Amino acid sequence: MALKTETMVLNMGPQHPSTHGVLRLELELEGEVIVNVKPHIGYLHRCFEKHAEVMTYPQVIPYTDRMDYLASMSNNFGYVVAVEKLLGIQVPDRVQYIRVIMAELQRIASHLVALGTNGLDIGAFTPFLYLFRDREHILSLFEMTCGARLLYNYMWVGGLSHDIHPDFVRLTKEFVNYFRPTITELNNLLTFNKIFIERTANIGILPLDTAINFGATGPVLRGSGLAFDLRREDPYSIYDRFNFEIPTGKGLVGTIGDCWDRYYVRVLEMEQSLRIIEQAIDPIPEGDVQSAIPKRVKPPKGTVYSRTENPRGELGYFIISDGNVNPFRIKVRGPSFVNLELMGELCKGHLVADVIAILGSIDIVLGEVDR
Amino acid sequence: MYQFLFNITGNEIIAGLITACIPLVFILIFVLFAVWFERKVSAHMQDRLGPMRVGWHGVLQTVADFVKMLQKEDIIATEADRKLFSIAPVLVFAGSFAAYAAIPFSSKLLGSEVEVGIFYVIAISSLVVAGILMAGWSSNNKYSLLGAMRSAAQIVSYEIPTALVVLSMVMLTGTLSLDKMSQMQTAHFWDWNIFGGPTFGFAKFLLIPFMFVGFLIVYISTLAEVNRTPFDIPEAESELVAGYFTEYVGMKWAMFMLSEYANMFSVSAIITILFFGGYQSPVGYLGNTLGAPALIPFEQGIWFIAKGIFFVFVQMWLRWTLPRLRVDQLMTVCWKYLIPYAFINLIIIGIITLL
Amino acid sequence: MLKEYFKNTWDGIWTVLIGMKVTFRHLFIPAVTIQYPDVKVPLPERVRNRLYVNMDDCIGCDQCSRACPVECIEIETVKSIPGEDLGITSNGKKKALWVTKFNIDIAKCCYCQLCVFPCPTECIYMTDVYEFSEYERENLIYKFATLTEADVKEKKLNYEKFAAEKEAQKAAAAKAKPETPVQTAT
Repeated sequence: MALKTETMVLNMGPQHPSTHGVLRLELELEGEVIVNVKPHIGYLHRCFEKHAEVMTYPQVIPYTDRMDYLASMSNNFGYVVAVEKLLGIQVPDRVQYIRVIMAELQRIASHLVALGTNGLDIGAFTPFLYLFRDREHILSLFEMTCGARLLYNYMWVGGLSHDIHPDFVRLTKEFVNYFRPTITELNNLLTFNKIFIERTANIGILPLDTAINFGATGPVLRGSGLAFDLRREDPYSIYDRFNFEIPTGKGLVGTIGDCWDRYYVRVLEMEQSLRIIEQAIDPIPEGDVQSAIPKRVKPPKGTVYSRTENPRGELGYFIISDGNVNPFRIKVRGPSFVNLELMGELCKGHLVADVIAILGSIDIVLGEVDR
Repeated sequence: MYQFLFNITGNEIIAGLITACIPLVFILIFVLFAVWFERKVSAHMQDRLGPMRVGWHGVLQTVADFVKMLQKEDIIATEADRKLFSIAPVLVFAGSFAAYAAIPFSSKLLGSEVEVGIFYVIAISSLVVAGILMAGWSSNNKYSLLGAMRSAAQIVSYEIPTALVVLSMVMLTGTLSLDKMSQMQTAHFWDWNIFGGPTFGFAKFLLIPFMFVGFLIVYISTLAEVNRTPFDIPEAESELVAGYFTEYVGMKWAMFMLSEYANMFSVSAIITILFFGGYQSPVGYLGNTLGAPALIPFEQGIWFIAKGIFFVFVQMWLRWTLPRLRVDQLMTVCWKYLIPYAFINLIIIGIITLL
Repeated sequence: MLKEYFKNTWDGIWTVLIGMKVTFRHLFIPAVTIQYPDVKVPLPERVRNRLYVNMDDCIGCDQCSRACPVECIEIETVKSIPGEDLGITSNGKKKALWVTKFNIDIAKCCYCQLCVFPCPTECIYMTDVYEFSEYERENLIYKFATLTEADVKEKKLNYEKFAAEKEAQKAAAAKAKPETPVQTAT
């Protein structure tokens, strides 16, 4: 007669030792092995989409900052591109170049947090602090330009809020030269460390067809082997003028699509961002960054869906306008929200200690999941 | 030491008590120093400063923490087993402290001159396992119990490679007594065991690589016995279970911390005695050159403590460099990698000793 | 199989040693910490911290209050009667409104800077003060208006009287207008 067994339900509560935010994971265990994981979200819901219905178009921009608070420039970028498409205006070249540089710097900063906290969850305390020290350089570049370190409100509809500081070009070049050796140091300390490889290789393997079926985007999809990047597929702004490669997971120390691949894709993406910054920093044309900003943003009736490449995946804005100064409806497709669904699929058959490694490699930000 | 004190006081009990208290005083002072040292080392490795405000560069920080812990309310959960809960930290500390009885700090300062030194140390360290299991069980918390069982399994498994390497060293030197082992590695560093031992000959050079392998194995296993990263599953906020001392507050928790740092020093001490010459200095004694032989035991004590602190520093260095191992990987490292290497090492050293 | 075993052992030891070299090198790099209350970081010039309003320049146009996304600025104004001189702003505009209430709830402010740009006289701007915590929540509502209670009452009364007079005049003028004959087209 077979033994009747029940699975045990364990709750990883809203308060985590790791720094992802307020997320509740309900684990169903059979002994030590996981049978199912159900994420419960909504602890950080702040009604962004409802707020946007009563604000004017420029007033929504500080609210978009606060969705994915680790990559504010990219959020601004996505929204501004969407509204400009709706209005049908063209922004001057100077604005485009500066926007691309800011977005790539933001991508590096966001990946630094992702890699640092990934290491911290696995138990390596030092790389976290080294990466945050490098992030300070980027944040001081941003502070010099627009005055804030985390939530910028920098990219406006039709232009930028401030022109760049006279020292910005020189300091960015210094930063690029400073940052390349630190990526090598990170590789020595963490990426190719045998213990880190043991903890992350062959864990949370995501086959490519599952990734596409779930709608995963960003480094999660690229880690499974597909070179899909919105800056190449559907170029927005002036990304088609730059040379850069799209790193994918190749299963160097495990199988294609495991946690180590997703981690390594982010490290390589930082290098590619440095390449883009180097190509964009010299030919910035002259001009006025505020010349194309309309007096009142009143788009004609219509809808637009525009998507940009956030450091975490595809960030989409769907805006319905009915001719007023307030948008009728803004819907945001947050990449972390869609990627979080993969948790149930990836954790099956692994031990409890691997759940944290997998969660760190998917890299969610609760502000974007809950909006 | 006991003889010396007995001659002075003429009373057995007082002499015995004072001999027993000396390592206790040493442990307390060492823990005060070690906690500050760890915080400063970790801070400078991470490009930051560490404690700076309490005392000069934060030296009094541990004292401040200690005073804070003394004044905390002693909370015991209602469903917890009160007797076991209170005894567990005492047992853990007693196990760590009792090992100091056989460790020679210098040629004159030895707690008790037992002939079976190293055997006694390994045996009494196992008392710690009983204390940990008691702590986990009496907390009445299923996560504490899980953490305690994992920690107990870890300590018991890693005692095997330690014992195998110690056995090979015992074969080499022919004695179990730690004091005699230190004395055999006479006062020049090329006579230390890591470089093959005091007897000069062909066998000495043949032994050197195997000595290094033995040193590595025993260092890694003792890291695991002390629950330091990369083997610190029971200690760190290990993902979701919080280890066997979750439910402890105030002084009881301080006892666990005391015993951890005491353990760290005692295993470093064992390693220096086995491989690095114990209390012998690498360059000869100032007392000899100055013609004051009474100075020599003090110098030996200083050298011994310095070597111990160096190995404690290497333990801290490893903690801040490496990520954590998962529990099953920890067991794989022990049973599939360390034990085979230790066995082969043992056999080869035995063969060479016969030559 | 055996080869993989030895490779694992070698990898384990070698990568640990490389990692240890990195951390050891960092022991000798000076710390990047700044001891905060004794030493403060110099802030760049465009920094966005506490708001300040220069009331001498404020013309009461309400643009900043309308631009704020969190509605933390409250402005109430009273029209001045003709003949009263309120002074001119620093860039030459003549002021025409008494600003009776100008409250900024700095606890609500999200430091987005959207109020700074529409101001025609640049009288509202962000300073670099970031240490302004208070013990009571009410102290965080900054009141910038410079008129006293009595003044406010007086101005309101003045304006109401003036408005009432104008109404009366208009009514009297409409009544006193003679009937003009309708011009017929010839």
